[in-house]
Amino acid sequence: MLSFKDIRQGLLVALWFIFLTFPLLVIKINPIENSVNWRWLNMVYVGSFSFLIYLITRMVMARKLERQKKIKLGLVKEKVAWSIKLFSQPRLYLPLLAAVAVFFLLFPGLFSTYQVNIMITALMYVVLGLGLNIVVGVAGLLDLGYVAFYAVGAYTYALLNMHFGLGFWTVLPIGGVLGAIFGILLGIPVLRLRGDYLAIVTLGFGEIIRLILENWSSFSHGPSGISNISRPGFFGIELSLEMSIVYMYYLTVLMVLFTIFVVNRLQDSRIGRAWFALKEDEIACQAMGIDKMKTKLTAFSLGATWAGMAGVMFAAKTTFINPASFTFLESAIILCIVVLGGMGSIVGVIVGALVLILMPEYLRAFSDYRMLAFGAILVVMMIFRPQGIIATLRRTYTVKGDLE
Amino acid sequence: MQPILNVQNLTMDFGGIRALDHLSLQVHSGEIVALIGPNGAGKTTFFNCITGIYKPTKGDLLLTPPGKKTKKLNGLKPNKVTEQGLARTFQNIRLFPNMTVLENVMIGRHCRTRSKIFGAIFRPPGTRREEEEIIQDSLDILKKIGLAQLANEYAKNLPYGAQRRLEIARALATNPFMLLLDEPAAGMNPQETLELDELITTIRDDGLAILLIEHDMKLVMNISDSIFVVDYGKKIAEGSPEEIAKNPAVIKAYLGEEIEHA
Repeated sequence: MLSFKDIRQGLLVALWFIFLTFPLLVIKINPIENSVNWRWLNMVYVGSFSFLIYLITRMVMARKLERQKKIKLGLVKEKVAWSIKLFSQPRLYLPLLAAVAVFFLLFPGLFSTYQVNIMITALMYVVLGLGLNIVVGVAGLLDLGYVAFYAVGAYTYALLNMHFGLGFWTVLPIGGVLGAIFGILLGIPVLRLRGDYLAIVTLGFGEIIRLILENWSSFSHGPSGISNISRPGFFGIELSLEMSIVYMYYLTVLMVLFTIFVVNRLQDSRIGRAWFALKEDEIACQAMGIDKMKTKLTAFSLGATWAGMAGVMFAAKTTFINPASFTFLESAIILCIVVLGGMGSIVGVIVGALVLILMPEYLRAFSDYRMLAFGAILVVMMIFRPQGIIATLRRTYTVKGDLE
Repeated sequence: MQPILNVQNLTMDFGGIRALDHLSLQVHSGEIVALIGPNGAGKTTFFNCITGIYKPTKGDLLLTPPGKKTKKLNGLKPNKVTEQGLARTFQNIRLFPNMTVLENVMIGRHCRTRSKIFGAIFRPPGTRREEEEIIQDSLDILKKIGLAQLANEYAKNLPYGAQRRLEIARALATNPFMLLLDEPAAGMNPQETLELDELITTIRDDGLAILLIEHDMKLVMNISDSIFVVDYGKKIAEGSPEEIAKNPAVIKAYLGEEIEHA
């Protein structure tokens, strides 16, 4: 299975990792005693770990190759991916779906308020991820400033609530509409650009919005932010803090369901097809009679609508917002959710959001290594599963009548 | 008879390079017209000018759809040109590789259907009916082209010849009255070329006019009603296949000039 060459290569890899981590993990300078503390044991750990991991990946890869050879020769049938198997058979996915539904329904009763709060945050990222999925995953427009529309929504609620006392339910659609308007305003000049250029311009736009919020104090109260934003009303009844968190939780679940419903229908429609085709080949798309600009603009502004609504929910949940919540890192995380989960795949994005947001919360014990683990996961995923956790599948149509 | 496509003195400059030089060409209803010429003669540029990818420097592009008024195509965007009833295929295949065969054709129906975001989300009866029609029409086209049994296959998994045919199917889905084919036989084996020959003739018999760029002389001579020859952006000959085969200017462009020995 493993040749001598593999082992030699493994030793080289181990050596390289030792070299890379040497200054950080082995040398420790004690400035008080002016001495150097050599931690040789760490070197042994790093070396043996990387050697082992290398050998394991080699073995996995070798097995994969052998399998592919056998498939080519017709000895074994191609294995259907588990995700495809799961979703093609109602017998398998219906009980799973029911279990998930019951879990989310009973969640606030089973867990503490702290846990519920974390779950609300995760579900909001599900909404954001699904919104960005329209733009990046389906229409293929790389948007690095998505958080700007999120900020627009959040500040819409905060300001309207502060100045005019408007409630959550009134502002939720307003936030969505304002998000869409900003999406169109930015989209018209910017969507002529493609790929990397579009990414950079949207990145700039995200920063501009944040800087405006930070510096225009008379409008947005600057870095100190806006506090005392009212929570969502429940038919005029005052709720206790705990009850209002539970209420917020169910609202977010509803929002997620609504988003899934809409995104699913959009993807499986005339417009959804056009978005996907636009991602595949712009010139062919135009030659087929699709208005490039209009189609891109709908995708962009619909994505922004969802960011706007999620922003309103965010402001209502935290009751305090400031520009620090809308940094580039947020955009990056939402993009990671989409890419890691599986571009264009609704289930993938949901799983991606839950993993990426919940994992750091529950791994607080290892918080020192959080970013390291985050980076490692991204690298490993992109190498071994570039299509994301759950890859998209194009819809197939059952064909009536004969085919000749 | 009035030509359905009338190109007059079409000129296209790229900076200082004149890619097309006062090129005129007519296509009549129900005709197969071939555009031939050596590599780099400007054939694909000509197509790109007609279909709106390039904006011509000078000249007129007049389109007369059957039973409608003549319209100028200059400066129209590619999607508007397609809406007028002019569909094209590409020299280097430009399918949507990660979509199914059926979906590829369904995209072609896009410009003939109307449902919007509201319809997509709420699916009123009108949208549902339209969606069913799209599927049925697309399937009918696939049956005609002979790709229906591959409807749910990803386009990228098709063999080369089938991909070329799918491009034609997709173009037909836009309901054109004229089809522009850019080297449809490129890279095909003789059997596939023969099938293509039949396919193009059937499409013509359905009442479509066809303008094609092609290097396969056997195919061109077989099916064309008239041939235009371009070299260095200029038209050097036009006429029936027999006339072209004997034309000295054409022979010179393709084979070079014989040097007189002293």
